[in-house]
Amino acid sequence: MSANVAAPQAPSVFFQAAKEAFFTAILVAMLSILMVGYQTEVLQGQNMSYVTRFGDVMWAVILVPVGRFLLVLGRSGMLWPPVVLAGAATIYLFGAAVLGLLGLAIYPTLPLPYDQPMVNAIFAVGGLFVVAGAARARRDRTKGAQTFEKREAAEARQAHVAKNLSRILGPILIVVALVIPWTPWGDRALVDSLVLVMTYVMLGWGLNIVVGLAGLLDLGYVAFYAVGAYTYGKLSTSLGLTFWESLPIAGAMAALFGIILGFPVLRLRGDYLAIVTLGFGEIIRIILINWQAFTGGPNGIGNITRVDFFGLPFERNPAPGTESFHTFFGIDFSTTHRVVFLYYVIIALALITNFVTIRLRKMPIGRAWEALREDETACRALGINPTNTKLTAFAIGAMFAGFAGSFFAARQGFVSPESFTFIESAVILAIVVLGGMGSQVGVALAALLLIGLPEVLRDLSLYRMLVFGGVMVLIMLWRPKGLLAYREPTLLLHGRRGKKKAEVPA
Amino acid sequence: MTAAPAMSAAAGADVLLEVERLTMRFGGLVAINDVSFHARRRQITGIIGPNGAGKTTLFNCITGFYKPTVGRLTLRREDGEQFLLERMDGFRIGQKARVARTFQNIRLFTGMSVLENLMVAQHNKLMLASGYTVLGLFGAPVFRRAEAEARDLAVSWLERIGLTAVADQPAGSLPYGAQRRLEIARAMCTDPVLLCLDEPAAGLNPRESADLNALLMSIRDEYDIGLLLIEHDMSVVMGISDHIVVLDYGSKIAEGTPLAIRNDPAVIRAYLGEDEQE
Repeated sequence: MSANVAAPQAPSVFFQAAKEAFFTAILVAMLSILMVGYQTEVLQGQNMSYVTRFGDVMWAVILVPVGRFLLVLGRSGMLWPPVVLAGAATIYLFGAAVLGLLGLAIYPTLPLPYDQPMVNAIFAVGGLFVVAGAARARRDRTKGAQTFEKREAAEARQAHVAKNLSRILGPILIVVALVIPWTPWGDRALVDSLVLVMTYVMLGWGLNIVVGLAGLLDLGYVAFYAVGAYTYGKLSTSLGLTFWESLPIAGAMAALFGIILGFPVLRLRGDYLAIVTLGFGEIIRIILINWQAFTGGPNGIGNITRVDFFGLPFERNPAPGTESFHTFFGIDFSTTHRVVFLYYVIIALALITNFVTIRLRKMPIGRAWEALREDETACRALGINPTNTKLTAFAIGAMFAGFAGSFFAARQGFVSPESFTFIESAVILAIVVLGGMGSQVGVALAALLLIGLPEVLRDLSLYRMLVFGGVMVLIMLWRPKGLLAYREPTLLLHGRRGKKKAEVPA
Repeated sequence: MTAAPAMSAAAGADVLLEVERLTMRFGGLVAINDVSFHARRRQITGIIGPNGAGKTTLFNCITGFYKPTVGRLTLRREDGEQFLLERMDGFRIGQKARVARTFQNIRLFTGMSVLENLMVAQHNKLMLASGYTVLGLFGAPVFRRAEAEARDLAVSWLERIGLTAVADQPAGSLPYGAQRRLEIARAMCTDPVLLCLDEPAAGLNPRESADLNALLMSIRDEYDIGLLLIEHDMSVVMGISDHIVVLDYGSKIAEGTPLAIRNDPAVIRAYLGEDEQE
């Protein structure tokens, strides 16, 4: 019935679809000709050369506009032709990709646009989009289009789901994290990856104080991570302090740098603040590179004392007269001991960060942070000191980055400026935004996704980052406010259940 | 004698805010030109005037959002303590001198719950009680007690403005009239000595407006504070003000009781325009 309604407009719809497909083709050609069409190759010796892959470009320039054409048709009310065509293509490409990934011999014989299974799978996802677009248009037609009220209701539903998920997922994630080294899957490689993930969970939680609670967009957060790492590096190599002795000092140093950064940027908001913090991050990195005498320049600081088990080092052959972890406990030496211990140390540090953040949120200072994020002018009118409030946010956020940094140094035994580039700041910020600003569980999930996914996808080699980027785009389309965007009030009058639909007296 | 001008002695002990020769220039524009008046304790002082007369600029000077070009703003507590508002940083006027204000375009913390809005207003008190967060983090009894008291105060205000049922909902989800009331309650939770209200009746229907009158009068009668009120709605201003100051093009053109203002030719001219025949 609905298709009949759209029928009189059919020619203009086809025209519109063709026009959009044409522009899509131009766009795809522009994007792909250089990046896909030419691949550099290292020949024998030092010479560079390139190979062309215009066949791949051609398929992209054909397939993507076809998808766009079908999507426009589907959105304008035509249901079956786009769904059948795109659906068939999706099933075929996706099925073939699965066969290819399984390494079956039939795969090379199938007529496919691309050799690599993953690329075909990516086009299959495009087909899914067409089907989804047509289905959604159909639903809007039968149930009435999206209205403001409906969107509000949907958002409220999402918030409700996020609320329940946060409550259930939090404890589950903690338990899983704690037991995973003892399960059959908890081999050294996995635990090592999880140590990395947990480091970013901690950094995400730390940055969440600055960005999520206080609303100060900080693009130079990695600078504090670097300060913490170098503080421990120097203390260990120059003064011979252990990790545990250095940890508070590293935190304090990072907090101090947080305040130093905080002062000049107090008056700035939004974009301007972001630019200055970005600059601060770069300044720290460039100082680390150029201050050769103190930081070791690009070579960094090596031979940092690794983390020890409260005075017992994880050494295969302890120095004569001293004990090592395995000799003390009378077990065989294994490199896994250190990794598992590191894992529990970072979990403890991260959980402390989380616990302190949750407590701080319910303190007057935490409420002032959130109030400052909402409306600085109103805060001033209420007599809240914006300077102190912002500086504490910067300092406390930086302090946790300092802890994480000194953990990083103790784990690697080596620090260099290369570990503290802008991209690290960007990843940490992406974790906070993707997780849902202010949501602790969301940040943990996002860190797992952003750091864990590239590890899992390592098999895809070339296409790893492509898939990774695609997943991020999809999440932001599906959940524009982040994975678990939900804000729980810091105190409740009516308890957690509350009154379902309280009347609002006008 | 320089700190306390001779004029203040004549003004009496009831004077809360003394505005003397206040001038505010923005480049070449004179937004406020040599305005002087008093606001008294336990009185509602109305400030009226046509659009662009400088009413909100005056508020911004009093609450520290602008630094006046010329002039003196003295706040006198009943215990004799004095504050020179023109010399204080914006937030200190709220913190130390305890001048609270509301805004023409409502400025609530929309994402935070209604109750939280009232808790944020008690920030300075709670900050002290929490030992600048350190004691609070360890759950010290001093802080818990202060928090409970702050909550009780917030709840009593919620009951007063009829928003107890929606205490846990985001402030931004409230209807307009309720947001206005909440903003006034939030300002009152800072325990002010002077409350500045910038068009509190804007956008309210007649019934809400009447409720607002009752609320403002009850605040005046129950608390030992002065109210400054900018308002366009004449039924509100004339109904509840004890004293009215009229501004036009940045200058004070009249001052007096509502009845006197109603019949003042200068005020009528400012509002209705010059009579051509005269």
